[in-house]
Amino acid sequence: MTDLLLRAIFTDNLALSYFLGMCTFLAVSRRLDVAFGLGLAIIAVETITVPINNLLYTWLLRDGALAWAGQDELDLSFLVLIATIGVIAATVQILEMVLDRFFPRLYRGLGIFLPLITVNCAILGASLFMIEQRLDFTGSVIYGFGSGLGWALAIWALAALREKIDETHVPKGLRGLGLAFILTGLMSMGFAVFGSLEFG
Amino acid sequence: MSRLPHSMISPIMANNPVTLQVLGICSALAVTTSISTSLVMSAALIFVLTLSNFSISLIRNHIPSTIRLIIQITIIASLVIVVDQILQAYWFDMSKRLSVFVGLIVTNCIVLGRAEAFAMKNPPLASIQDGIGNGLGYSLILVIVGFIRELLGAGSLFGAPILISVSDGGWFSPIGLMALPPSAFFILGLVVWWVRNRHPEQVEEAQVPPKEGAQQ
Repeated sequence: MTDLLLRAIFTDNLALSYFLGMCTFLAVSRRLDVAFGLGLAIIAVETITVPINNLLYTWLLRDGALAWAGQDELDLSFLVLIATIGVIAATVQILEMVLDRFFPRLYRGLGIFLPLITVNCAILGASLFMIEQRLDFTGSVIYGFGSGLGWALAIWALAALREKIDETHVPKGLRGLGLAFILTGLMSMGFAVFGSLEFG
Repeated sequence: MSRLPHSMISPIMANNPVTLQVLGICSALAVTTSISTSLVMSAALIFVLTLSNFSISLIRNHIPSTIRLIIQITIIASLVIVVDQILQAYWFDMSKRLSVFVGLIVTNCIVLGRAEAFAMKNPPLASIQDGIGNGLGYSLILVIVGFIRELLGAGSLFGAPILISVSDGGWFSPIGLMALPPSAFFILGLVVWWVRNRHPEQVEEAQVPPKEGAQQ
């Protein structure tokens, strides 16, 4: 279980190894406090949606999953994409209402990027990878949490770097987004090193 | 050119979805290893974006804001499935090369981003123009990155060899880095730099003024 967690956080880091969720990753990493909130939101959404999708897949969609209802011939796995995205959209919508009600400052800071978590490919990607790896329920909880944490770590690191870089003189046109692209490229080359590590 | 509506022209350069609005980056990294995949991906995106903007704008006054995300996503997902099926039926090897990335248009933030930011507030005709404009802006960036990566990474354009590689008796040794995703980051970074040199008003303000005497 530890190796699954460590792999999800470092080796298979969704942001820096698979380049998923890049839009949010680049746009919300300007300030560390907002990036911190977004990281927490991603961890929450991943930890909720990946296990739910695991249950959906195991009991409804998988080939022969409906055997408990007497339908052992039925294979609904072509519905995976739309079911997964449906669960994610609903979860994000609920999270949005909760944040709006209880953490209005964080809600305003995230702006349009909160609804965009729905289309954050990191979230959809995590669910699809979970299905691909055939994880059981416990595994999916751990994987959901680990992949969310890995993504959050990456955005926290990038936000901290960008805050520092902001204090230096860089060519005007590169300031902000341009440098963020180049920094992410360099960070991902660094993260490639984790690929050669063996956990557990 | 000047008679075309502003909402269609401005996203191509001045208000580009990739370099200014920071939308749709994932696919820009993944499908740009060659110029032909970039072009097909762009066409698919323009189709989905225009139609989703149009249909969401048509029903915008009937969508309750609490469930708007689910409705938007359902519309977009249906359109993407249409594109995916058409590609598989009529252009199978291209559909193989693009693999999951046509499906991932569902989670391409340009589509939902424009639906949320524009189509929910504007009439259908303007939304169509906005969709086409943003689709073209995205395509422009994709084609630029695809051009550079295929030329330097494989020495070819549209699969036809331009720079003869050493193994075929030429002088060019393909740059392996260009085939890997980090290179797309570097190219995009440079493209952003170039665009912002042409449009200085896009330059981001420094949040903290640079310290006196810092390295120039």
